[in-house]
Amino acid sequence: MDRLDQLEAHSIYILREAYAQVEPLSMLWSLGKDSNVMVWLARKAFFGRVPFPVILLDTGNELDEVYAFRDEYVGKWGLSYVNAACPPLEETDPSLPLNSRHAARKTLGLKRILAEQGFRGVFLGIRRDEQALRGKERVFSPRDAEGAWNYKEQPAEFWDHYKTELPPGAHLRIHPLLAWTEIDIWRYIEREDIPVVPLYFARDGWRYRSLGEKDITRPIRSDAASIAEIIAELEVTRQPERAGRTMDHDSEDSFERLRASGYM
Amino acid sequence: MPHPSHPAPRELLKLVVVGHVDHGKSTIVGRLLYDTDSLPEGKLEELQALASRRDMALEWSFVLDAFQAERDQAVTIDTTQIRFKTARRDYVIIDAPGHREFLKNMVSGAAEADAAVLVIDAAEGVREQSRRHGYLLHLLGVRQVAVAINKMDLVDHDGARFAQVAQEVSEYLAGIGVEPAFLVPIAAREGDNVAAASPRFDWYEGPSLLEALDRFHAVTQPGLQPLRLPIQDVYHFDQRRILVGRVESGVLRVGDTVLFSPSNKTARVRSFEAWNAEPPVEAHAGQSVGLTLEEPLFLERGEMLSHPEAAPQLTTVLRATLFWLGRTPLAEGQGLTLKLGTARYAVEVASIEQAIDTDSLERRQAQEVPRDGIAEVVLRSRALIALDEAAALQRTGRFVLLDGSETVGGGLISMEGYPDQRRVMAVRASNLFSVEHAVTREQRWARNRHRGGVIWLTGLSGAGKSTVAMALERRLFERGYHVYVLDGDNVRRGLNANLGFSPDDRAENIRRVGEAAALFADAGAICITAFISPYQSDRDRARTAAERLVPGGFHEVFVAADLETCEKRDPKGLYKRARAGEIEDFTGVSAPYEAPATPDLSLDTAALDVEAACEALFGYVTAKFALEATD
Ligand SMILES: Nc1nc2c(ncn2[C@@H]2O[C@H](COP(=O)(O)OP(=O)(O)O)[C@@H](O)[C@H]2O)c(=O)[nH]1
Repeated sequence: MDRLDQLEAHSIYILREAYAQVEPLSMLWSLGKDSNVMVWLARKAFFGRVPFPVILLDTGNELDEVYAFRDEYVGKWGLSYVNAACPPLEETDPSLPLNSRHAARKTLGLKRILAEQGFRGVFLGIRRDEQALRGKERVFSPRDAEGAWNYKEQPAEFWDHYKTELPPGAHLRIHPLLAWTEIDIWRYIEREDIPVVPLYFARDGWRYRSLGEKDITRPIRSDAASIAEIIAELEVTRQPERAGRTMDHDSEDSFERLRASGYM
Repeated sequence: MPHPSHPAPRELLKLVVVGHVDHGKSTIVGRLLYDTDSLPEGKLEELQALASRRDMALEWSFVLDAFQAERDQAVTIDTTQIRFKTARRDYVIIDAPGHREFLKNMVSGAAEADAAVLVIDAAEGVREQSRRHGYLLHLLGVRQVAVAINKMDLVDHDGARFAQVAQEVSEYLAGIGVEPAFLVPIAAREGDNVAAASPRFDWYEGPSLLEALDRFHAVTQPGLQPLRLPIQDVYHFDQRRILVGRVESGVLRVGDTVLFSPSNKTARVRSFEAWNAEPPVEAHAGQSVGLTLEEPLFLERGEMLSHPEAAPQLTTVLRATLFWLGRTPLAEGQGLTLKLGTARYAVEVASIEQAIDTDSLERRQAQEVPRDGIAEVVLRSRALIALDEAAALQRTGRFVLLDGSETVGGGLISMEGYPDQRRVMAVRASNLFSVEHAVTREQRWARNRHRGGVIWLTGLSGAGKSTVAMALERRLFERGYHVYVLDGDNVRRGLNANLGFSPDDRAENIRRVGEAAALFADAGAICITAFISPYQSDRDRARTAAERLVPGGFHEVFVAADLETCEKRDPKGLYKRARAGEIEDFTGVSAPYEAPATPDLSLDTAALDVEAACEALFGYVTAKFALEATD
């Protein structure tokens, strides 16, 4: 087994562990490259079907290509799709910097849909290498009724035994891609021929490395127009992946505050 | 269908760096990142500026800050991941843990590591945390260890001092069964022998630290071992009935006959199933698979799939070395949930055998295990557990403990002294039909003027079982009771002549005695048995056998005398020989005795003489076996 085979097998193991023990389940489908890989892995784990709803936290302000991608693949992949409309900016914590408040809309949207539908577990496509705080995450990460993340008191997690019991009102964030890197994701997309939003590929010297909302996500300078070129670019870059996500850079602690209060 | 990827993804080795505080873990990591050109842009200049401003040597350990949320001290207690690469492969360093909630965090990171660097300060030598971390690496299953003997500049790069520290650490590690693959002298701050060899160590011929790391193997799952595949789930999305799970060890092929434990069902593998890929014809360790069977068996999550000829053990009792993470100390009698593979079992802490001091490796008696403590314990469950010994099969020889919903510990299994209960499980004789006797139990009892049943004596060798049994037999016989004693002499000579004294044979010996006693009881007699029968599970099985034929007819009598008393009596000189090592697995000396938790009667023969014990027992029998008393 090479590195991708190992990652795939482990992610499938995690998906099946969750499906066997946590109910009801759902999956966040942001339509970015990572969440497409996650949907793909679910189809592998469950032999072609995704046996739980996939949720888009919809700000109404996603990039046009993202909506187009969704409209095409909900049908092609046979997904049971839930559109979770995010509350307006006015409802977010006014003490956060503006860009973070945009991101906080998603937190509120997630909280609302979890409460409405009573999901006990939700799959998220975050990775440890994206961001220092995400490096602290567990594969099965419990959240209290407020969605808050207590990173100082995380459960022990070892030998692939995961925490699946929860007090009432709480839920689990489940992270099947935690051990993957950005390059792993692209290699897997290439190997499996997984469709992605075309914005990732350079046009006129610009491409998106990470997809977010219209107002708060910027493309990066790049000529990488194919997966092979993207991988070659990532092999040498020293720029962090989320450089184009403005909310990460509002202030030193804004991302931490976002996460502690339930952001992905 | 997937494309082959080009170029092949690089191998990744997961590394953990441990050692006593201030021995140089962070410095080594910082230096490795520098030497492999993996520092973030501008970081080196920043460190240099800082050093010259303060007029200090460059502090490599500050490099780690660049990978952490800079201002937040609290977060650094946990594991973070730092990557670098060599020409050979990629590395991810699971960061060395801090001190708060030390064990919980170390366990959560280091359990995944393929290899470890144990850092020792050349001037200070082996310290408390060096030992403790070394011990935990062993428990967690990290088998590839390089020892970096750091700060060699403080001891003038002296080869003799290196040899001294190397010996000290090797001796400790040998005591816990760890053999370091490399012992490398380095001076991390100067970078001597971290990536490149240094002329300062002209007496040293081995690899630099980085070269040593490159010689490790990214651990791939064991293929040549027996097959183990814990079943995660059974899917019926369509007309197929697909069992899913991950192969933990061994190889599974289409057409193989497989055994499921603990249910003990067998079937043949019809196919592997896959989506968007050619289904394989064989599955190897590490693969997550789906498969279908020829026979439509009813199976659930938690079963362990194996080949029948190399099956996991089945047992209701197990011994383990465990590390305890619970907020409150672990105590005897405590109920917990044991997770092994995909199965869960309710278990009870039968006994805490020894607490282990990782500093001195001393083992001592203990009533409880404190948080972050390590101990050897015996656990017991009602249901049969399918398991392996950790020394033989790492991944199915270990378990996690839950207290309620909280993960409170992990352990490695050793079954020393306990038999495999699979061989002595009740025979599944589906082609046997029970024929109604023409004489009823009540008719036999009426003629005998007493009930039938089993008086099962249990206790240490020398406790007085046989003496009491013979005296009771005589007394009951004289009063007209139909009574017979089964003991080692009359049973071993014929019925069990083909059995030896291994744990398995002993268990089978007791099983046959239990079945024979049950038949005596059914025939209307009182059968007294006099065997050490040290395991509760064996005695429970005898009870089941008797009560199947004579409900309420089994009486467990504890002939209680402590080890010291028995050893003093030693009528056959057996204890002396066992102590001298001439007898293996001798109960009380080199094999466990499990006293009955709830005996029907307990006779303290240290306090009572034979006469008085017999009197007490006689009173019990006449009351319990009288027809009018209970009818
Ligand atoms: N003289 C000397 N000091 C060192 C060396 N390596 C590390 N140190 C110093 O030892 C101290 C503790 O190092 P650090 O890496 O923080 O230790 P940790 O607690 O194990 O991570 C720091 O002040 C380092 O500069 C070395 O090779 N020689």
